[in-house]
Amino acid sequence: MINSKVQIGLIAGVFIALGIGLTLYKAISLDLPLLPDQYREVWTVESKTSFTPTRAGAKSPVNIELKLPTAQAGWVILDEHFASSGFGFSIVEQSAGSNSVNASPNTSAARWTRQELDRPTTLYYKMQVYRASENAVLPALPVSVAEKPLLEPDQQAAMDRLLDRLHTQSSDIDSFVQLLLQEFLRDSPDQDTLFLIDAYEDDSFAVLMDVLAMADISAHQIRGIVLEDGRRRQTLSALIEVYNGQRWSVFDPSNASPGLPNNFFVWQRGNGSVLSVIGGRDSSLEFALVSNSLPAKAVVGMEQRSDKFAILDFSIYTLPVEQQGIFKGLLLIPVAALVVVFMRLLVGVKTSGTFMPILIALAFIQTTLFIGLAIFLGLIGIGLWIRSYLSHLNLLLVARVATVIIMVILLMAALAVISYKLGMDQVLTVTFFPTIIVAWTIERMSILWEEEGGHEVLIQGGGSLLVAVLAYLVMSNPLVEHLTFNFPELTLSLLGVILLLGKYTGYRLSELYRFRDMGTE
Amino acid sequence: MAKLISPFELRDLGILGMNARNISFIGRYNQRKNYRLVDNKLETKSAALSRGIPVPQLYGTIEYQFQIKDMLNTLIKGRDSFVIKPAQGSGGKGILVVVGRDGEQFIKSSGALIDEREVRRHSSNILAGLHSLGGRNDSAMIEALIDFDPVLKDYSFEGVPDIRVIVFRGVPVMAMMRCATHSSDGKANLHQGAVGVGIDIGSGQSICAVQHNRIVTQHPDTKIAFNQLQIPHWQQVLELAASCASMTGLDYLGADIVLDRQSGPMLLELNARPGLAIQVANQVGLRHRLAAAAKIADLTDNQIEKISLARQQFSQLTVATGQLSMAII
Ligand SMILES: Nc1ncnc2c1ncn2[C@@H]1O[C@H](COP(=O)(O)OP(=O)(O)O)[C@@H](O)[C@H]1O
Ligand SMILES: [Mg+2]
Repeated sequence: MINSKVQIGLIAGVFIALGIGLTLYKAISLDLPLLPDQYREVWTVESKTSFTPTRAGAKSPVNIELKLPTAQAGWVILDEHFASSGFGFSIVEQSAGSNSVNASPNTSAARWTRQELDRPTTLYYKMQVYRASENAVLPALPVSVAEKPLLEPDQQAAMDRLLDRLHTQSSDIDSFVQLLLQEFLRDSPDQDTLFLIDAYEDDSFAVLMDVLAMADISAHQIRGIVLEDGRRRQTLSALIEVYNGQRWSVFDPSNASPGLPNNFFVWQRGNGSVLSVIGGRDSSLEFALVSNSLPAKAVVGMEQRSDKFAILDFSIYTLPVEQQGIFKGLLLIPVAALVVVFMRLLVGVKTSGTFMPILIALAFIQTTLFIGLAIFLGLIGIGLWIRSYLSHLNLLLVARVATVIIMVILLMAALAVISYKLGMDQVLTVTFFPTIIVAWTIERMSILWEEEGGHEVLIQGGGSLLVAVLAYLVMSNPLVEHLTFNFPELTLSLLGVILLLGKYTGYRLSELYRFRDMGTE
Repeated sequence: MAKLISPFELRDLGILGMNARNISFIGRYNQRKNYRLVDNKLETKSAALSRGIPVPQLYGTIEYQFQIKDMLNTLIKGRDSFVIKPAQGSGGKGILVVVGRDGEQFIKSSGALIDEREVRRHSSNILAGLHSLGGRNDSAMIEALIDFDPVLKDYSFEGVPDIRVIVFRGVPVMAMMRCATHSSDGKANLHQGAVGVGIDIGSGQSICAVQHNRIVTQHPDTKIAFNQLQIPHWQQVLELAASCASMTGLDYLGADIVLDRQSGPMLLELNARPGLAIQVANQVGLRHRLAAAAKIADLTDNQIEKISLARQQFSQLTVATGQLSMAII
C-alpha cells in the first residue's frame, strides 16, 4: 500500500516535472510565449490538378505545367511540397521579358511529365502561407498598351454607346472602371450591355476586358484563391487590375469594390493560363484550404528554419495542418477529463455516465454555450416526454434504446429544418450532439425518473450539465487552448495530477454536506 | 439548514469518506476476483447454501427472454407472493416485491396493483440489463417473500426490513437496520428513502435513525419511535454476518441479513462496496472502529472470539440505562 502510494507519487512527480520542464525549456530556449499573445493565421493551400489522359495506355506523353504563385502583397510562403509519384518533376523559371502576356515579373512553374499514363490522375502541390503584413501593395508592373479587339459593326456600335455613357458619368479611370463593373452587376443592365454579353456568349469577363481595351485602359486579370477555412473544392477566382495613369489598382468584379481583398491570395497576375495540360483532357484545378492559428514566434521559426527550431520538427507543427486541427481538439480532452476527475473525486458531483459530460462539452464547443444548452435541454426534454409514452409500449430494452436513437435523430432533423426556416442558423449546429449519447442519457434519465423520482433526475442531470459546462469553459479558454496546443508536453503533467488525484483519500466537498448531521447527537 | 461540517471535524470523528473507502479499504482489502461471488446474488445464494447458511428460498431463475412468455404458468404458478430481482442488481434497483394476488392482478407491497404484462415487462428489463452494473445482460431470480419477524413489524412500512452489518477481516464493526418506508416501495435501501437505524454492536439496540442522511426520531409512516428497538437473535445475526467473510474471502464486506419469522436470521445478500450512511445512523465514524477491528483480527482467528471482543469494544450503549457511553472507543 505504502509502496504503491510512493510509486504513484514518484511516477506522478516525474510526469509533472517532465511536462513542466519541457514546457519551460521550450518557452525559454525557443522564446515561445507561455501566454497567448500574437497569433498568425497560417493557411495550408493544397492544389489538386486532375486530368484524364487523352489516349490512355498508348505511348502518348503527358506534360502538365502549373504556374506557381510568388509571394507578394505581404504574403509569405512558408513551405512548399509537391506530390508527383511516377512523374518526372521539375520547376521551370520563366523570366518576364520573354513573355509579355504574362505580366508578372518572374514566374516559375511546376512541370510534371510522363511518357505514358493510363488512368485519370491527380497531382498535388501544397504550400503553407501566411500574411506577414496587412496592406502591402502589389509590386509595380510594366504597363503594356492595350490591344483593341476587332468587333462586328453592331457590337462596335453597342460598345461605343456604352463607352460614351460611362465617359460622361465618370471623372477618372478609377471611377470609370467602378461604374463599368457596377453596370455588369446590376439586376437589369441596359440594352447595349445585355447585347454585348449575349454576343460574347455570356462571358462577361471577356466583355469587361474588351471594354477596357476599347477605352484605352491597360488592364489584365489577377487569378487567385479566396481563402475560406475548410473549403475543399475552391476554384480560382479573378480580379481586374487596371492602370490609372500613375499606378495599378485592383477591382473585384464580383462586387465592384476597389482594392485587393484581404482574404485573396494572388496566384498569378496577368492573362496567361495558370494550368496547361498536354496529352490530357478534362483537366481541372481545385484547392483545399485549411487555416490554423499559430503563435507568431513559431511561424517566424518555421520561416527561418533555424537549427534552434529543430525541436519544432518533433512537435505537432510538423503534421499536416488538417491533422494539427484534429490534435488541437484532442489535446483539450485530457483537460476536460481532469475537470471530470476533479468534480467527481474532490467535489463529489454525481453525473449520469462518467465521461458523458465531456462529450456534451465537445458539442458545446461547436454550438457555443447557450445555444448548446438550449438545444441539449430541448432534446432531452422532448426525448423524455416521448420516451414516457414508449414506456407503455412494453418494448425490449435494446429495441427501446434503438427507438430512442432514431427519435433523437428525427428530432434533430426537425429542429434543424424548423430553425433554418425561421432563420435561426445557429440551431443548425444541433448535428454536433452525439446522438447515441443523447439517446442513452434520455433512457437513463427516464429510468431514473421512474425508479427514484424527478429529484434524482435533477441531481444527476444537473450534475452532468454542471460538469459539462465547466469542462466547456475550461476547454474554450484561450490560455488553455494555447498551452495544450503549443506545449503538448503539459499533458504529461496533467496525467501526473490525475494519477495523484486517483490516490486522494480525503473528503469530498459533498461529504461535508452529507455528514452534516454527524456529531449533533 | 444547509450548513456544512468542517473536514477537520469529520476527521476527528473518524468519518470514512468515499475516496478513502474506495482506496484504503475496498481497493486494498477486497480482491477483484472475489467480487463475482457477491455481485451475483445467485452465486452468493449457492455458496451460502453449501456452507449451511440460511437464505430465502429460490423459486427459480429466468435466463432467456423466451422463458418470460409463460413464466406465469411455470415459475410463479400458484404462488401468491414472490420477489423478482436482478441477479446482479444493487441499491434496491429492479426489485419487484409481490405480496399477494387480486384476481388476475398482483399486489405490490405498497398495495398498488399491477397486471401480468407489467410483471413480464419488468422481467424482460431485468434480462436486458437495465438495472444491472454496467448494463450487462442479466438473469432474473424469483425468490420467496420473506415473512419477517413480527417484533420488527411496526418499524418497517410496506416492506421487509434488513440488517446491514459491516464486517472487517471477520470482525463485525458496525450495524444498521434499514426500514422500508412508503417512498422506498417495499425495499429497504437508503437510496430509495428507507430509514437507517444505527444498531449497537454490543447490545443490538437502536442508537439513532436517519432518512436521506438526516436524523429522524420516528418512522415517517408508522410514527413509531425508534429508541425502543431491540433486534432479536443479535448474537446469531453477528455470527451469520461474520461467517460470510470467510465464505467470500472479502475483508471489507457488508452483509444484508433479514429476520425470518420461522427460520430466524437469513442472509439476503452481500455487498463488496457497502455504503457510508451507516456512520450517520450510528453517529460514529468507521475509521477508529476499523483500526480497532484490525487489532482484534491480529489477535485471534477464532470467529466467536472476534465477535465477543467486538461486542465488548464497540458497545456504545450501557445495556442497563440505554444511554450513550462514547467513552468505550
Ligand atoms: N425475498 C424478499 N422478500 C422480501 N423483501 C425482499 C426480498 N428480497 C429483497 N427484498 C427487499 O429489497 C431490498 C433490497 O434487496 P437486496 O437483495 O438487498 O438487493 P440490493 O442488492 O438491490 O440491495 C431488501 O432490503 C428488502 O427490503
Ligand atoms: Mg441490499
